[in-house]
Amino acid sequence: MASSNLVAFPRPEGANGLSTKKSLVRPDTLFGWLTAGFAALIVAVIVVMVLQMTMASKASMAAFGWRFITGSNWDPVRDEFAALPFIYGTLVSSLLALAIAVPISIGVAIYLSEWAPAWLRGPLGFTVELLAAVPSVIYGLWGIFALAPFLREVLEPALGKVFGFLPFFQGPHQGFGMLAGGIILAIMITPTIASVSREVMRAVPSILREGALALGATKWEAVRVAVLPNAKSGLLGAVILGLGRALGETMAITMVIGNRAEVSASLFAPGYSMASVIANEFSEATGDLYLSALAEIGLLLFAVTLILNIVARLLVWRSSKVTA
Amino acid sequence: MIASPYRYQLRNYTDRIVRGACVVALILAIIPLGLVLYYVTAHGIGGIDLNFFTKLPTPVGENGGGMANAISGTLELVALASLFGIPPGILAGIYLSEYGDKTFGRLVRFSADVMSGIPSITIGLFVYALIVMRVKHFSAIAGAVALAIIMLPTVTRTTEELLRLVPDALREAALGLGVPRYKTTLRIVLRTALPGIATGIMLAIARVAGETAPLLFTAFSNRFWSSSVNEPTASLPVQIYTYAVSPYEDWHRQAWAAAFVLVAIVLILNLSARVLVRNKVR
Repeated sequence: MASSNLVAFPRPEGANGLSTKKSLVRPDTLFGWLTAGFAALIVAVIVVMVLQMTMASKASMAAFGWRFITGSNWDPVRDEFAALPFIYGTLVSSLLALAIAVPISIGVAIYLSEWAPAWLRGPLGFTVELLAAVPSVIYGLWGIFALAPFLREVLEPALGKVFGFLPFFQGPHQGFGMLAGGIILAIMITPTIASVSREVMRAVPSILREGALALGATKWEAVRVAVLPNAKSGLLGAVILGLGRALGETMAITMVIGNRAEVSASLFAPGYSMASVIANEFSEATGDLYLSALAEIGLLLFAVTLILNIVARLLVWRSSKVTA
Repeated sequence: MIASPYRYQLRNYTDRIVRGACVVALILAIIPLGLVLYYVTAHGIGGIDLNFFTKLPTPVGENGGGMANAISGTLELVALASLFGIPPGILAGIYLSEYGDKTFGRLVRFSADVMSGIPSITIGLFVYALIVMRVKHFSAIAGAVALAIIMLPTVTRTTEELLRLVPDALREAALGLGVPRYKTTLRIVLRTALPGIATGIMLAIARVAGETAPLLFTAFSNRFWSSSVNEPTASLPVQIYTYAVSPYEDWHRQAWAAAFVLVAIVLILNLSARVLVRNKVR
């Protein structure tokens, strides 16, 4: 800790050359307050965001109350707004993304932290992180012209043939829909989950691994009995962080999910997500109630991701603190 | 239980199978990156010509034209966002590393971490309510503020982490020579950590250069040159989005070309940040 040592460090009076006890604004004090002010700015932005978004959605809250999240009628022409189809679309696409991304990310993290030879670790980790660097709109573009056609022609017919008895895999093959949304999101959250998981696993003391290995465990057994249990809460945090990203992701999913406000059990069917409806309709929305309803969707999204992030950070912080 | 040779072998096989599964996971994770880069290059490189960089977009139905205004708009937005986002971020980072070990410091650190997880579209909504609704028009300034809010937590936490790596002996030596604390911080500590901080900033810039969602209702878009920072401003990501979801073949071609340029910018920033870090470690 850099500054804790400095606190005890005696600072001679007049050390800055121009201090007298009387002068109020010593450069040191001033600088300290300046930095504190900008630090406070970060907290302030979050607080103002909460207030501003709540204010913007007041009209809609007053008009619809809880019906807003339980109803499914989104009709701008009659000023009737309810967000269930969007909430459903966001949840289903994000959970689907987690189902795909979590096993892959944890596998990547285990390989990178436990098995990969030292010289490969850096480049491989960097490559995985590059996945996170590619802008969302690029994934969307690729989704429209490469992924969706592939799903329509190849993957959806195949899934329909094998698992067609399940309601999730029925209906016409359109390419654009929940499945495409889930896959795109999975690609985008994999680097987040993988890199946080890897950090959490690296934070588990080597002595635990060595202990297990010395008792005759294979590498995987050492990971299973020594690393994973100790990294558990951190891994959960990583997954929740990934979920938070998936829920709020906008462009890529808007471009592939199909943008139709329907609740359908089939993953092939088009859906809509909370972020997508804001992106698509906000700049064209006319009427205060319409704007307010969109703002309320934004507020819901904001609140959910805020809570998820707080929980995830606490988990990750705790697990790297306990084990470090 | 008697340890039989079979049991021993089984454990060994399990180990290999899990290892293999992990390698497969890694490959599955990297494949999309390869595919995206391949598609962007294959479809995009053909659309790159001089017109792309020098001409304005043409009206619907008319082939040709370029994205000069979107390219300059993205540069303008990123420059303004850096101006708004980087200095506050660095100062807040200095606070966290040099002063902030108490409750307030923890609160700020936590807020920054939480803030980096806020969806960018909600940041766009927030800036719309904060600025666009008040001045009643879209502007580059509003877009840049939204991007700056996205940069802020990254810059803050990177600065803090790198300042913490500077050995206390340097601080003590400077203070011991009678250098005031703020000068020690700025001239000794910050300067020592500067290359690392620059790397973090490059990554933050790379991230916001590709952001689309927060620009949709802040900077909006513009088919022409914007004459001031108070006007709606075109940007590459928004242009890619608009063209990609349009039904026109020629616009798709241009969307790919723009995607190629954007990906190139982002990758170059990321790779150079990586090279910088490696040189510093050596």
